[in-house]
Amino acid sequence: MRFGLLAVLGLVAIGPAAMAQTAEPPAPPAQNWSFDGIFGTFDRASAQRGFQVYQSVCASCHSMKQLYYRNLTGIGLSEDQIKSIAASVQVPGALGDDGQPTERPGLPSDHFKSPFANDLAARAANGGALPPDQSVLELAREDGANYIYALMNGYKEPPAGIKMGAGMYYNEYFPGHQIAMPQPLHDDQVEYADGTKATIAQEAHDVVTFLTFAANPELEARHAMGVRIVLFLVFMTGLTYAVKRKVWADVH
Amino acid sequence: MGGLHKSEFKNPVINWFDSRMPVFTMMQKEYGTFPTPRNFNYFWNFGALAMVALMIMIVTGIFLAMNYTPNTAMAFDSVERIMRDVNYGWLIRYVHMNGASMFFIVVYVHIFRGLYYGSYKAPRELLWIIGVVLLLLMMATAFMGYVLPWGQMSYWGATVITNLFSAIPVVGQSIVTLLWGGFSVDNPTLNRFFSLHYLLPFVITGVVFLHVVALHITGSNNPLGIDVKSPQDTLPFHPYYTIKDSVGVCVFLLVFAILVFFAPNLLGHPDNYIPANPLSTPAEIVPEWYFLPFYAILRSVPNKLGGVSLMFGAILVLFVLPWLDTSPVRSARFRPYYRPFVLVLPVVVWVLGEVGAHRPEGIWVVLGRVATAWYFLHFLVILPFLGKLERPLPLPESISRPVLPRQGGGGPLPGGAPAKPMEKV
Repeated sequence: MRFGLLAVLGLVAIGPAAMAQTAEPPAPPAQNWSFDGIFGTFDRASAQRGFQVYQSVCASCHSMKQLYYRNLTGIGLSEDQIKSIAASVQVPGALGDDGQPTERPGLPSDHFKSPFANDLAARAANGGALPPDQSVLELAREDGANYIYALMNGYKEPPAGIKMGAGMYYNEYFPGHQIAMPQPLHDDQVEYADGTKATIAQEAHDVVTFLTFAANPELEARHAMGVRIVLFLVFMTGLTYAVKRKVWADVH
Repeated sequence: MGGLHKSEFKNPVINWFDSRMPVFTMMQKEYGTFPTPRNFNYFWNFGALAMVALMIMIVTGIFLAMNYTPNTAMAFDSVERIMRDVNYGWLIRYVHMNGASMFFIVVYVHIFRGLYYGSYKAPRELLWIIGVVLLLLMMATAFMGYVLPWGQMSYWGATVITNLFSAIPVVGQSIVTLLWGGFSVDNPTLNRFFSLHYLLPFVITGVVFLHVVALHITGSNNPLGIDVKSPQDTLPFHPYYTIKDSVGVCVFLLVFAILVFFAPNLLGHPDNYIPANPLSTPAEIVPEWYFLPFYAILRSVPNKLGGVSLMFGAILVLFVLPWLDTSPVRSARFRPYYRPFVLVLPVVVWVLGEVGAHRPEGIWVVLGRVATAWYFLHFLVILPFLGKLERPLPLPESISRPVLPRQGGGGPLPGGAPAKPMEKV
């Protein structure tokens, strides 16, 4: 729970609580995001680069089941681009006339194709670990955007004295520090179509923008509506209060 | 018996209807001319706000239910479908999700108002008891609603809370099996919780009606805690309190909107965006924030039955509060000893909330036990004794002609001085 601590409590608690939680990863540093704040929107270029990172890196292990290809209009891709992205995968089609399963090229109305047929297949291909679905990953982690960004940049050599499990990698920001996912992003892991230099930090920033879009496709509409509704309610509060003063004038 | 009601409405259609079923007369009497103490402060908004919150929850809930699938294999995805594909589904769901929090904030303030101004005392004991029943119903409804998205916290929260009933001797395990509809939290559990989550809000609506009926028999308490003595002490509910409540509703909606549009997941737990997995227990199982104080009480007793008893006891003690408080004076304003204690109580409950949000280790265990002890001490020991020890300040003569006890000897205001109760804004 994201509760503000009572100052007094915090002072009292800081010693023992800090000691008891040495295994806890540090809080991820806050980054600057285009989608932060009440006017926040998704940086389209960054989200599109992020989609490129997702497609060429993440999607080889992680599913994103809740999204449809058509949702990509939300990061500014055109209908034609989306059609060709969808058509690049084969999805199960209707049963054929002979009653046998068929395959067809994907359509914008199809869900993102998952890399594995099911969770067991995913585990079998990943040393027993299940790569989590990324549809709402940003919401499913405390301080999601900053956390995923920190995780992408948090791979290190394990400090002396730490015994790593088989097939595990050391990551500063992962709870317990041992993560089954090898470092996914490297410098120049992808070649950006728009010529942006693909550093790890840049790739991480872009993919987090895309993942945040994936988890909150309504964010821009929500912010726009929120600003208008809050302004309206501020006006209504003032108006109602003025009427209240007028009605009560004879009582005071 | 029988015969038409003599309606005073001029409009012939309304008169015709009202003569046969005098609901217009009733509304006029209970919400139009209803004599209401003239000195309410804004704390008296929170009953109306709770009513508004209940209506918002029911309306959004009905639309959510049209698109939700109560099946363990589909529930999580159906919620995501509401968020992504249903027109304004994200709005409906975020309003419903944060509406629960707003409802509890409003009701907790409403309860504190009752504690501070002694609204539970005679003749309003039954009104208060019905209110505690409402709190219990709300808690049951909120708990079952939190299970429906079938995320990790839904599943594990349901497992932990339903398991509490197994602490009851002899019949405990049977009760748990009955709640589950099987031998673990599973599809039958989800189905019955969905059914009950849809049912209980209408039960709440019915009990709210009883709450209002009881209120309108005794009349409202007021910040001075003294009885209404003459028509000068009151104002008609409309327009004075309809407009004052409207101000409160606007501010309530403003806070609500900021939460929904700019921080919709602030009060939720991220783990509930991970689909329920019976094979993987989350690192920490925590309930929603509004249950944290009770969760802290549960965990501060190192014995299951003891913890469960205290947790339920924390609410059950409110049922007998009217008889635990022995002071005849209602408002804390005139109770110099009670006032600091009643102000400390919400701090203690806040501390319990913080304790409930942290792992029970180190200082949190100690804090949890001290705060739990204080909570019960307050109701079971301090309140009964205070009423006997305390010498209350002199009470005002009437609401319309209050004495100002802090400024003077305690007599009424000199004739001709304008009546200016300080609590009016």
